[in-house]
Amino acid sequence: MIAEWLLLPARETWTVPRHLFGNAQRLLRTHAFRLAALYFVVFAASVLGVLLFVYWTSADFVERQTEATLDAEITGLAEQYAQRGLSGLVQIVAARSAGDRGDGMLYLVTDPDGRPLAGNIAAWPAGVPAHAGRLSFTTTARIKETIETHSARGASFIIPGHYRLLVGRDISDATAFRNRVKITLLWAGLVALVVGLLGGTAMSRNLLRRVEQVNRTSERVMAGNLSDRIPLNGTSDEFDQLAANLNRMLDQIERLMTAMREVTDDVAHDLRTPLSRLRVRLELALLDGAGGSGQTEAIRSAIEEADRLLATFNALLSIAELESGTRRDESEVLDLSEVARSAAELYEPVAEEKGFVLSLATAPGVRVRGSRHLLSQALANLLDNALKYADGGEIQIRVLHGEGRAALEVTDRGQGIPEAERETVFNRFVRLEPSRSTPGNGLGLSLVRAVMRRHRGTIELADNRPGLRVRLEFPEPAT
Amino acid sequence: MKLLVVEDDRETALYLVKGLSESGYTVDRAGDGREGFFLATSGSYDAIVLDRMLPSMDGLAMLGALRAAGISTPALILSALGSVDDRVKGLRAGSDDYLVKPFAFSELLARLEALLRRGGTAAATTKLRVADLELDLLTRTVRRRDKPIEVLPREFRLLEYLMRNAGHVVTRTMLLEHVWDYHFDPQTNVIDVHVSRLRQKIDKSFDSPLLHTVRGAGYCLRAPEPSPPQ
Repeated sequence: MIAEWLLLPARETWTVPRHLFGNAQRLLRTHAFRLAALYFVVFAASVLGVLLFVYWTSADFVERQTEATLDAEITGLAEQYAQRGLSGLVQIVAARSAGDRGDGMLYLVTDPDGRPLAGNIAAWPAGVPAHAGRLSFTTTARIKETIETHSARGASFIIPGHYRLLVGRDISDATAFRNRVKITLLWAGLVALVVGLLGGTAMSRNLLRRVEQVNRTSERVMAGNLSDRIPLNGTSDEFDQLAANLNRMLDQIERLMTAMREVTDDVAHDLRTPLSRLRVRLELALLDGAGGSGQTEAIRSAIEEADRLLATFNALLSIAELESGTRRDESEVLDLSEVARSAAELYEPVAEEKGFVLSLATAPGVRVRGSRHLLSQALANLLDNALKYADGGEIQIRVLHGEGRAALEVTDRGQGIPEAERETVFNRFVRLEPSRSTPGNGLGLSLVRAVMRRHRGTIELADNRPGLRVRLEFPEPAT
Repeated sequence: MKLLVVEDDRETALYLVKGLSESGYTVDRAGDGREGFFLATSGSYDAIVLDRMLPSMDGLAMLGALRAAGISTPALILSALGSVDDRVKGLRAGSDDYLVKPFAFSELLARLEALLRRGGTAAATTKLRVADLELDLLTRTVRRRDKPIEVLPREFRLLEYLMRNAGHVVTRTMLLEHVWDYHFDPQTNVIDVHVSRLRQKIDKSFDSPLLHTVRGAGYCLRAPEPSPPQ
């Protein structure tokens, strides 16, 4: 019954016998089963050891006590004999045998013919040799006014003149105790082994069940169900941690897959239009005939279209590369004010020409760990946006410390972005202007966000009342 | 001028060889990194144009081997890997310039010319001169026709780069890379405004302009020719 239950696979409930053999084999191969078997063997061995120890210590203790009492008694009698001779010995034996002292002591003194002179044993027990020495014997003794057969431990002595002395101690209580201990321990051992067997089986089944959960989820994920996750026990044990880690890994994979699918969709959607435009232009140029003035113009605009397409394509690739996290880390500790100063210097003339006032407010010692090139690119994208979507006014770049983090803000005085749209603008190809009259590919903020993620930073859009405030925050590097 | 083109893609290689030959260069071609390394170590080339991803030995490894062998022929990497970090890594690996595929042929030509000049005029000069425009690298002053011209520090570096490449086309990307150390192209025409400001300063009050815009390519600082150009 137990074996059958043990072999029952965790995965299915009672199966048809045909499958039982295969499942048993499978179970035998599992690590969980081997672990359970090992657990059981070790458990059984230690239970056995403990029980043996208990048995030997308790039995031995009683025996030692008996011997010690005997020794004390013999020493006492020997002293009496030495002081008062045979008559003294007989007197003391008679005295000690008289009352029922309840200590189980047995005495007998006989004359050379074996007739008892004193003592609480009726006759010299049968089979007990006449010579001196330690011995075990059984006797019928009058204890508590009943006559019972008892086993005893004792010693006999030959006293000069062929008188004999037998001193013993009833050990039937000790034997009974020993037997009781034996039986108790046997039962305890049996119960412990059954519990161990059940525990080991339960453990292996539990282990197997959790591993099976991981396996089944992995199989389902591999089969294409990317959103499946391993259930957690909520115990935050190692299996929960493993499951949580695997789930996080799956989250990451799903995110990457989704991102890739989005890129593919975006490419299909947003690159097809310019590509077909390009194709139409080239076809028209071909229709125009060689040498026509329109042809050169058409080719020139086709090249411009191709360049724009390439720029879009490159931006998409950069974002994908940044987001997939496969890029090498080219990071160093940078002064954020330097990055801002360099960008401000590059953009100041063009801002002025377009009717903006570009101002820069830096703070000393605002450091971040990162790539100067990527951060410059992100900042340049924000400035491009401000120049594109605001109509003049002040554009401010501010570098500041903010609650233990380094921060960089770019603010403008344009239309701003409505609160409802502040999340969607980070998506690829999203452009809030429906007419799409200003040039751009709708990838600027996506790239900025990808750069911020790479730097473990955050990007936040807020109302500048009026205008847009973009705030980039970075963790400050440990110095 | 003798060039070595290391490019595994046949069509690109043919396009490069054809275009460079038409521009007056003598061009050898290698199809993979090992052959390229062999040619580069045996022949004497003025510059090497190499693809980054090559069979048998990739471009960066080949360049590293060349530099380790003590060959300092200027090299320009052509690569489909175009992110900012890729460019910076290419430059750190020992290339003198980095151009992302696909590229405008005019951009390649402009860069090659700049590369070849850099190899030739390594002599330390303290003054650059184009026609009557003079730039003093020590005092960091600019004069034209002996009249001092006030320029901002960045304009000085912009002018210096243009003057070092006088007579040749310099693209916007080249200016961004060499004057600003920006390895990406902003969407706004930031360079144009910087150049037109510089032009205001050096050309406005003079009858013969030196700083020209080359349509579809970039800019060119050159001395006025005796006969009217074009």
